[in-house]
Amino acid sequence: MTLHARLVVTRPAFRLDIELHVGAGEVVALLGPNGAGKTTALRALAGLTGLSEGGHIELDGEPLHTLAVEHRPIGMVFQDYLLFPHLSALDNVAFGPRCRGASKADARRVAAELLDRVGLADKATARPRHLSGGQAQRVALARALAVRPRLLLLDEPLAALDAHTRLSVRSRLRHDLAGFDGATVLVTHDPLDAMVLADRLIVVEHGAIVQQGAPAEVARHPRTDYVARLVGLNLYRGTAAGRQIKVGEVPFNVADPLEGPAFLAFSPAAVALYRTRPDGSPRNLWQGVIEGIERHGDSVRVHLGGPIAAFADITPAALADLDLTPGRQVWVSVKATETHAYPA
Amino acid sequence: MTTTTSTAPARRRDRDPGQGAVTGRLPWVLLVPALLGLGFLVLPLAGLLVRAPWSTLGTRLAEPQVLEALRLSLVTATLATAVCLLLGVPLAWLLARVTFPGRRLVRALVTVPLVLPPVVGGVALLLVFGRRGLAGQWLEAAFGITLPFTTVGVVVAEAFVAMPFLVISVEGALRAADQRFEEAAATLGASRLVIFRRVTLPLVAPGIVAGAVLCWARALGEFGATITFAGNFPGRTQTMPLAVYLALETEPEAAIVLSLVLLAVSVIILAGLRDRWVTAP
Amino acid sequence: MFRRLSRWAAALPLALVLAGAAGCGSSDPAASAGASAGGTTTVTVFAAASLTGTFTELGKAFETANPGTTVRFNFGSSATLAQQITQGAPADVFAAASPATMKTVTDASLAAAPTTFVRNKLVIAVPTDNPAKVDELKDLTDPKVKVALCAEQVPCGAAAVKALDAAGLTVKPVTLEQDVKATLTKVELGEVDAALVYKTDVIASGGKVQGITFPEADKAINDYPIATLAKAPAGDLAKRFVDLVLSQQGKDVLTKAGFEAP
Repeated sequence: MTLHARLVVTRPAFRLDIELHVGAGEVVALLGPNGAGKTTALRALAGLTGLSEGGHIELDGEPLHTLAVEHRPIGMVFQDYLLFPHLSALDNVAFGPRCRGASKADARRVAAELLDRVGLADKATARPRHLSGGQAQRVALARALAVRPRLLLLDEPLAALDAHTRLSVRSRLRHDLAGFDGATVLVTHDPLDAMVLADRLIVVEHGAIVQQGAPAEVARHPRTDYVARLVGLNLYRGTAAGRQIKVGEVPFNVADPLEGPAFLAFSPAAVALYRTRPDGSPRNLWQGVIEGIERHGDSVRVHLGGPIAAFADITPAALADLDLTPGRQVWVSVKATETHAYPA
Repeated sequence: MTTTTSTAPARRRDRDPGQGAVTGRLPWVLLVPALLGLGFLVLPLAGLLVRAPWSTLGTRLAEPQVLEALRLSLVTATLATAVCLLLGVPLAWLLARVTFPGRRLVRALVTVPLVLPPVVGGVALLLVFGRRGLAGQWLEAAFGITLPFTTVGVVVAEAFVAMPFLVISVEGALRAADQRFEEAAATLGASRLVIFRRVTLPLVAPGIVAGAVLCWARALGEFGATITFAGNFPGRTQTMPLAVYLALETEPEAAIVLSLVLLAVSVIILAGLRDRWVTAP
Repeated sequence: MFRRLSRWAAALPLALVLAGAAGCGSSDPAASAGASAGGTTTVTVFAAASLTGTFTELGKAFETANPGTTVRFNFGSSATLAQQITQGAPADVFAAASPATMKTVTDASLAAAPTTFVRNKLVIAVPTDNPAKVDELKDLTDPKVKVALCAEQVPCGAAAVKALDAAGLTVKPVTLEQDVKATLTKVELGEVDAALVYKTDVIASGGKVQGITFPEADKAINDYPIATLAKAPAGDLAKRFVDLVLSQQGKDVLTKAGFEAP
C-alpha cells in the first residue's frame, strides 16, 4: 500500500505544492509552522479541499483525487476529534461502518472490538462530553480505523491535550500506529510528536517542502532556521574550506573537511561565555552582545547579538558569576568537537 | 408568564455555577428599558384580564362553538407546523449549505410572507390555489381537490405565513453549527443525505425546535391569510382568531374570552415546550 | 449630559406605555387643534366602509362649499367604529350601516336622534360568466352551487339571514365572510358561484361581478342611520355635514351609487 501524491492547492496569496510518497505501514509527519499549508495538504488528501491544476493523488496505483470524499478509502482524525456530540462513543465508531453498508449489528460489533482494542470498552455508552481528552482522541482514532482505511490521516492528533496526558497518549498512539498496515500521514507543529510518532519527517514552510528525512537525520542536520529552532540548535550558513567554515567574518574549526557552501550547527549548551577574552585557541571565538536572558528548563538561555546571532544555555550559577545583563559585551566560544558541519 | 421568565435563569444558574459569573450592580441603563419593554408587552394582556367578564366566563367557554374553534386552531396550527418542518428544514438547508446563483434573492423571497400583509397573502394564495388559480385549476381537474373553504386550506394559509419563521430560525442554526462535523462524517463515508439526517439534523435540533415553536405560535394566531383564503365557516375553517374577530363585531366581551382562551392554551404549551426543549443544552 | 439624555430616552417608552394604557385617541391633536381655534375648521366623520366612495365625494363637495374646512374620514366596519366612539374617539359624525350598531352609540348617550338617510338592498352577486347559471334566490340552495355569505355578526350577514328566512330557503354557504368586501372578493376571484351582497357593492365593483336582484330582498332592507355625536368637537360643522348628506345633492350622489332613498 503506497501513496504517491502531488498536492497543489492555489489560493489568492497562497500556494501549496508538495510531493508526497508514503509506503505501506510508514508514518510520515508533515511538520511546519502555522500557515505553512500542512492542514491544507491533509484536507486535500481527504478530498475536503480540491486540488488545483497539476495535482494528483494515487493510492496503490489507483487515482484517489477523482473520488468524492465519502468514497475515498481513508480514515481521518481531526484536530479536536469532532466526535458527534449526540452519539455515544460506540455509535461514533460504528458510524463509518454503517455508512459503508454494514448492518447495525455488524457495525456495532466492529465498533465494540475497536473500542476494546484502544482500551475503552467500558466507555462504549458514554457521550463524547463525558470523555477525557485522551479518551476522546482514542475514540476518534478507533472511529477512523473502523472503516478499514488504506490511508490514515491525523491532524494535530495531540494538540488538544494538556502536557501531562500528552505524554501517555503519545506513546499509546505510537503503539496503535505501529499496528496499522496502511500509509499514515500526520500533521503536527510539535517536533517531539513528529519525532516520536513518525518514521519520516517532511518539513513544510510557505507551502513547499524545505527538508525531509528520518527524524534523527533532520534533528541533527537542520536546513532552515525553523527546523533549527524546533530541534533546538544554532544554525548558520557559511562557506567551507577544508576544516574551516567562515560564518560571516567568524572562522569556525570543524571536525570533518568540507568544501563550498555549508551548514554549521551546534547546541546552545555547547556555547561558553566569558567576561574577558579567554586564553588559548583563537578559533570559534567572537565577541557578542547580550540581547536577552530567559529561563529555559534547568538552565538559562542567553540571546546573543553581534557578528552572528546565537543562543547559549548556561547554568544559573554561571549567570550569577559572570554578572550578565542585557547590553553587556561578552566573549563567546564553541568547542570544535561540538559542531556539526554539512553541505548546504 | 412572568413566573417562567423569572425562574428559568435562576434554575440554570443552579445547574451551572459558571453562568452569571459577572456580578455586581445591575446597570439601570439596561434595567429600566428592559422593565419598560416587559411592561409594554404585558400591559395589554393585563387590559384583557381586567375587562374579562369573569362572572359569565364558564358559560361562554362551554359553548360548543368555542371548543370547536379551539380544536380547529390547535389541529391546523400543528399540521401547518408539520408542513413547515417538512418543506422548511430542507429549504433552510439549501440556503445555508448549497451555493447557487441567486441565493440572496431566494433568501429575500423566503421572507416575503413576513412583510406581506396577511390578507394580501391570502389573495395571492387564492390566485394560485383558488378555483381559477394557476395550480388550483389543475388540482381540481386532475384530482378533484379544492383548497379554499376547506380545513386543508386553513393549513395552507397558516403554513404560508408561518414558514419564514421556521426557515430563518433553522437557517441561522445551520450557519452557526460547526460544519467540520459534516466533514468528519464525509470522511467516514457518509453521503450528503446521510450527513443531513444523522449529523446535521441532530446538531441543529434545538434550532429546529425553536423555529417550530415560533412557527406554531404564528400559525395559531393567523387571521388575515386564513380568512381570505379559507374563508370562515364554524367547524371547518373558523379558527380562534376568526371567531375572535367576528365576536368583536357584536360582543366585545365574548371576543375577550376567546382571546384569553387562545392565550392561555398557547402560553401553557409554549412554556411547557420551553422548559423541555428550548432551554436544553 | 449623557446621564440626562439617557434618562429622557428611558422615560420615552414609559410615556408611550402610559399613553397607550390611557385608551386610544383620548386626545387627537388634529381634532382638538381645530376645536380650539374658535371657529372649527375640521369635521371628523366615522362612516361605514360601504360609504367610502360616496362619502369621499360628498366630503369634497363639503370642502368646496365651505372654504377653509377639512373633512376627515374614518371608514371601517360599523361595529368597530361604534366601539371606537364608545371608547372615546373624537368623532363629529357617525354614519352606520345598521341601526343596531348605531344603537350601541345612542345607548351610551353619545348621539341623539339618528336619521335614516339611505337604505341598501341585497342582490345576488355572481361572477361575470355566471358559471353556476344562477338567476334566482332558490338557485343558491343547490348543493353544487358554492355560496358565500357575510357572517351573521355583520350587517350584510344579518340581512342575508333575514332574506333567506323570508323566502323560506336554507342555504349551506361554504364561508361566512367577515365583511361585505371580502364576500365580494370571493365572487370576483370566482372562488364562489354566488354571494349575497349589497347592490352598492356590485355597482362599486365596476363590472367585475354581475348583480341579480330578487324580490325577497325587500324583506331585508338595511337602513343606514346618521347622527351628530353629543361630544362633537366641531358641532356646527357636524350638523352642516349631516345636512349635506340629507340634501338633494347628497341623495343624488348616494342613489347613483346604488343606495335607495329611505
